[in-house]
Amino acid sequence: MSILEARKLQVYRKGAEPMKLDCNKQSVAGSVSQRACVFCGSRVVLYPIADALHVVHGPLGCASYTWDIRGALSSGPQLHRLSFSTDLREMDVIQGGEKKLAKALCQLIDLHQPKAAFVYSTCIVGVIGDDVEAVCRQVSAVKGIPVLPVHSEGFRGTKREGYRAACEALLKLVGTGSTEGIGPVSVNVLGDFNIAGEVWIIRDYFEKMGVQVVATITGDGRVDDIRRAHGAALNLVQCSGSMMHLATRLKEERGIPFKRVSYFGIEDMAQALYDTAGFFAELSPGIVERTAALVGGELAVIMPQIAQYRRKLEGRKAAVYVGGAFKAFSLVRALRQLGMDTVMVGSQTGLREDYEELRQLCDEGTIIVDDSNPLELSSFLQEKQVDLFIGGVKERPIAYKLGVGFCDHNHERKEPLAGFAGMLNFAREVYNTVASPVWKLTPRGRKRELSWS
Amino acid sequence: MVVREPFVATRNACKLCAPLGACLALRGVAGAVPFLHGSQGCATYIRRYLISHFREPVDIAVSGFSEATTVFGGCDNLRNGLNNVARQYRPELIGIATTCLPETIGEDVGFLLHEFHPEGSAPFRLVHVSTPSYRGTHVDGFHATVLALADQLDEGGPAGVGINVFPGMVSPADLRYLKEVFADFELETTLLPDYSDTLDGPQLDEYQDTPAGGTPVESVRAMGRARMSLELGRTLAETGTPASSLENRFGVARRKLGWPVGVLESDRFFAVLSELSGRPTPAKHAQERGRLVDSYVDGHKYVFGRRAVVYGEEDLVVGLTSFLAEIGVQPVLCASGGESGRFVEAVKAVAGDAAEGVVVKEGMDFTTMGEVARGLAPDFLIGSSKGYSLARELDVPLIRVGFPIHDRIGGQRILHLGYRGAQQLFDAVTNTLMARAQDSSPVGYSYL
Repeated sequence: MSILEARKLQVYRKGAEPMKLDCNKQSVAGSVSQRACVFCGSRVVLYPIADALHVVHGPLGCASYTWDIRGALSSGPQLHRLSFSTDLREMDVIQGGEKKLAKALCQLIDLHQPKAAFVYSTCIVGVIGDDVEAVCRQVSAVKGIPVLPVHSEGFRGTKREGYRAACEALLKLVGTGSTEGIGPVSVNVLGDFNIAGEVWIIRDYFEKMGVQVVATITGDGRVDDIRRAHGAALNLVQCSGSMMHLATRLKEERGIPFKRVSYFGIEDMAQALYDTAGFFAELSPGIVERTAALVGGELAVIMPQIAQYRRKLEGRKAAVYVGGAFKAFSLVRALRQLGMDTVMVGSQTGLREDYEELRQLCDEGTIIVDDSNPLELSSFLQEKQVDLFIGGVKERPIAYKLGVGFCDHNHERKEPLAGFAGMLNFAREVYNTVASPVWKLTPRGRKRELSWS
Repeated sequence: MVVREPFVATRNACKLCAPLGACLALRGVAGAVPFLHGSQGCATYIRRYLISHFREPVDIAVSGFSEATTVFGGCDNLRNGLNNVARQYRPELIGIATTCLPETIGEDVGFLLHEFHPEGSAPFRLVHVSTPSYRGTHVDGFHATVLALADQLDEGGPAGVGINVFPGMVSPADLRYLKEVFADFELETTLLPDYSDTLDGPQLDEYQDTPAGGTPVESVRAMGRARMSLELGRTLAETGTPASSLENRFGVARRKLGWPVGVLESDRFFAVLSELSGRPTPAKHAQERGRLVDSYVDGHKYVFGRRAVVYGEEDLVVGLTSFLAEIGVQPVLCASGGESGRFVEAVKAVAGDAAEGVVVKEGMDFTTMGEVARGLAPDFLIGSSKGYSLARELDVPLIRVGFPIHDRIGGQRILHLGYRGAQQLFDAVTNTLMARAQDSSPVGYSYL
């Protein structure tokens, strides 16, 4: 397989030569990128806000493909799991979709009584010239709830611009609620989407430490919590790609400091808690000790079992391809904890500094790749004799078709992988995947057995 | 039912956009790569949606519109994209389907392709189809693509003995079954599209650029020389279908039949094959029919008078309605997101005695379906996995058929067609109802 000329600078093999990796640019036409679009970026970030109405303004497809798409759980309302589209038709494209949008919004708001509404613009809305801002203003005035336009026309850039548009919409909410009852030892949890209930695990840790969680943005998110999020003393930012814009703006405009954290893997999870404890050490006497006790207690439960898995996984090879590079750091470390080497790692939307960090983290010979595609990924899996590939739904059949184990670390997972308990789930899933006897029956497995015997 | 103003928004749609159907159809041509002219997300969403059903790699290329492309046109992206696909995939054919964006800015893809000269790779063919997502559904995109393939590739010539078969959006298992039946009648056929292997393939030890299988391009080109075309689908239009186009251009006769779902529709189908081949139905299939009807008798009490909500693509719903009616199940609601304008009539035509008691609606979404279904006290739902939330809410079982099946494995292996497919459907429906009766009984009978 030869890598397309236009993509050669987006693939790097760790070695002697200095790292030059091209990234953060539009996908090469015809390369079959694994990326989605601006709309996707906005939609995934705002999706978990469970008491808001999410209306996709455009032809039907974009709403259909995102109906109940993420396993982002809610402890209460389930409105986010429904799919609403203005379903624009040919005549609407000619005559404009503003009236249809206004009417759809009014009907849906009357029926569902949401706390706010998000209106996602899709590609053609940006072209036919609908004044979505004006419609949102009018409906908001009539219905008395925030109606927020999200400028997520698919062609406006990559998923990153979608994240930014989502943050811009959130910024219109933050600061509009009362901060009464918020103490000085308080945080917002940014960038966890409560897949399989992960944000509940994290919230529980913070509460045990004596830290008040003001808003979880956006996992198990609620409009009223987001409105008063400016009352928190600290923002904890995971999935930095999607939420850094929000954190940065809140720092600039409201002086709220932020810390980058990750809740995946033992090291990163513990670090996140210790960093938070350190931040509040003066305000909250005993927090550092409480945190140490919490971490110690959790580790005592999971470490013996993880050690057992590690014995069976030692020396296996893994590949990682995820949306944001920040998650890749945690995965490389978590895999190392299980005794596994990451021989290929890549992301859809990493930045130069992310890839530099990955280079430092990885062993010699590791392939680091930006914005890859099925042909490249499959050739890397074969070249590196990978035992386990970690990615999302679109990567799964690439691995499976070649008889390579696969773990979903994206929207569709049903077991939490965050936190200490999540690390144990992760270890179990990796083991269950790699240890399955089915691989022995595949062409690749038979070949490997022959070469080992 | 509460009478009120119809909803403007589509809520939990029972349809997808046209480019999805285009990609699916193009996967059924050997060595073809589907290529969307539009935004990156269109290809990715459609890939994800198809992958979750077929559980197979589905590579779809895209030109990838940017802001500049949207202002100045997508010519360069299209050209670079096609060249890159050719370099990477070495395809025999690239099928270009437009999305809403280039259609809205008025891009003339046909003209752009006319001006396109590939850079130094092996030759390949180009076929293009207009599939803006604001026009029609995925089924319309599917049919439009099959039409484009026939129109843009076919050559005329002296008529031969072959038969063109346009099966519609059926499953890989259905396509395999159709090929077996035609072979058993010793009829030479070209099935278009044929994704029976490309979307349901074996394990590999080398990733394939394009998956093995599919209708060979040469066979598509020869369809203008066929003896006749057989198109399946009672809701197909009279004009603008591949079969009607071949008839108009090359004088290839055409026959239209419903999807052979259930005994009655399968009998009509087998009768036509008998007529075309001059042979009686082969013993294998006659026996399958015999066993099927025998099982109908064994199971009739468990299903008679039960009430079903049937939804999905129009031709699938028509076929299922015929099947359900012939076993004594009352379809109470037949719904589709499609809007061919021929759905109601087609359902009524096959529903027999059940026609009176059925609400038939096209252009329906799942939320509206739920509102109607609640008043109809159905015993079960039959359709794609997208009806699951409704089945759960109504607390009735869902029998998964059609597309998509996102919450079970094996969607590609569900057989709907012919006597064999009807056997599987009948067993599924009957056993589902029996299991329900057993589970909800306080006694827990061990003989049913």
